[in-house]
Amino acid sequence: MKLRHNKNFTAGAIITAFMLAVILIGLVWTPYDPNAMDGSAKMLSPRLSHPLGTDNFGRDILSRVIEGAGATFLIAAATVAIGLIAGLVLGGLTGYFGGWLDECLMRLNDALAAFPSILLALVLIALFGSGKYKIILALGLLFIPSFARVVRAEVARQKSLDYVASARLMGAGHMRILFLHILPNIIPVLLPAVAIGFNNAVLAEASMSYLSVGVQPPDASLGRMLNEAQGYLLSAPWYALGAGAAIILLILGFGLLSEGLGGEHGAS
Amino acid sequence: MVVTLLLISLLAFLAFQIVPGDPTSKLLGNDYTPERAQALRHEMGLDRNVFVRYWDWLTGFVTGDMGVSYNYGMGVDKVMEGKGAVTAALSLMAWLTVIAVSVPLGITLARFQGGRLDRVCVAMNQVFMAIPPFFLGILFTYVFGLVLKLFVPGGFISPKESFWGFLGYLIFPALAIAIPKAAMVTKLLRSSIIGQMGQDYVRTAYSRGNSRWSVIRGHVLRNAVLPVVTFLAMTLADIVAGSIIVEQVFALPGLGRLLLASIGNRDYPVVQCIVVIIAFIVVFMNYLADVVTQYIDPRIRLG
Repeated sequence: MKLRHNKNFTAGAIITAFMLAVILIGLVWTPYDPNAMDGSAKMLSPRLSHPLGTDNFGRDILSRVIEGAGATFLIAAATVAIGLIAGLVLGGLTGYFGGWLDECLMRLNDALAAFPSILLALVLIALFGSGKYKIILALGLLFIPSFARVVRAEVARQKSLDYVASARLMGAGHMRILFLHILPNIIPVLLPAVAIGFNNAVLAEASMSYLSVGVQPPDASLGRMLNEAQGYLLSAPWYALGAGAAIILLILGFGLLSEGLGGEHGAS
Repeated sequence: MVVTLLLISLLAFLAFQIVPGDPTSKLLGNDYTPERAQALRHEMGLDRNVFVRYWDWLTGFVTGDMGVSYNYGMGVDKVMEGKGAVTAALSLMAWLTVIAVSVPLGITLARFQGGRLDRVCVAMNQVFMAIPPFFLGILFTYVFGLVLKLFVPGGFISPKESFWGFLGYLIFPALAIAIPKAAMVTKLLRSSIIGQMGQDYVRTAYSRGNSRWSVIRGHVLRNAVLPVVTFLAMTLADIVAGSIIVEQVFALPGLGRLLLASIGNRDYPVVQCIVVIIAFIVVFMNYLADVVTQYIDPRIRLG
């Protein structure tokens, strides 16, 4: 196992595993009810009973950060899933069959990729409207091109290899070759792409929700919390710090993982 | 380049034509009657063919007539007046900061590869890359604005009042955008130089008695800088887009805030216009990167 000696991968795996563990525990148990208000405990600074302090309603910030991290992670996962599945189908078909459709889609892909993703996300949100499911849809659509590009390049490379020719000789159909023979072989290239996808999705969700065009209350998310926290920056700076640190840990973990995996497989 | 621009402007235009909802119902408000809506639609030209309207809008856009904002009832160019300058100044400051920080740092780290400075900076780089610019903005607001009182959070001085005061208010927003980007460019430049160090021409240069530093300066840098130039051009586009968020953090009256407000108000002529302007900047920067790359490496010819 070479992975064990890869510092980026190890660090990324530890951070991501820690965050995932916190999120999973948060599903069944948080120190306090994230929405329980306590009039006698408003704006408390961090202390033993409230490790990250409390907010303007006396809600425990650690519990809220855990809940927000879970929500952000779920949105990121849904976004990556949409992008990955659609990207696999589009990239797989265009990479395998080529032709004019391939040309057209790749041109469109290039045009979209040159665009700053925040701007595209805002345009899509302007079209769809805001809200939890709409932001998942908008970001998911946004992530299709990058996955499609990775899949297409790798499928195009793999299809000229000997094992594909031998599968064809054995009479396998195109779809069987594409999804049963080639697909498992492109997983090593997909893994870093998925990790970087999570990285970008967390950042995009946090940005959109911070701008109040993403997740709307009462739905929780780390970006929304930062937006709320900014109003109490002077009286409760720990609110912003807690939410911000959670975002950074998520992004850092996935970023390191992607680099560790990429270095491992020689892809970037 | 022209084809790309036309394609982008057409897409931006069409995207906002398929939006559900009729602008006339918002404009008329309580006075809404089907007859009045019909008359207004005719007056605004909304009852004509989509492509005719696209052509009108495009020719208007090129000649400086950018349409009328639904919300403010005046020309989009008037609505945007002064806001473009804020975003442009902010983006440019951030971009220059990225270059000023990352180029010397990237070269230094590659020069002392594996040393203590290199190892510390590479680790810190990873962390800086993971900080979202808007969170950095919030941190700056707290530390430099509220605690150290170096600036008034939410304050702004228009460039007409005092040009230097205006720039002063942009320093921290520009830093918030620049720091994560600078980390990325530093990393790219460092690994690009190190990647070149294994090439044959480097061995030849060493064998002629050059030190590591003079090999980097005289031979490697010109080759290593090529991918960085392309990346820097993309970075400027990202920075312009990133300023949309950071303007919100620092309450700066730039294009980004206008864009967000217009999305909230469904003021599509304004949204459309800002999107196309930013798209044009992106395409132009990519073109410029190609030209610069070709200048640095004459072997590359533009197709």
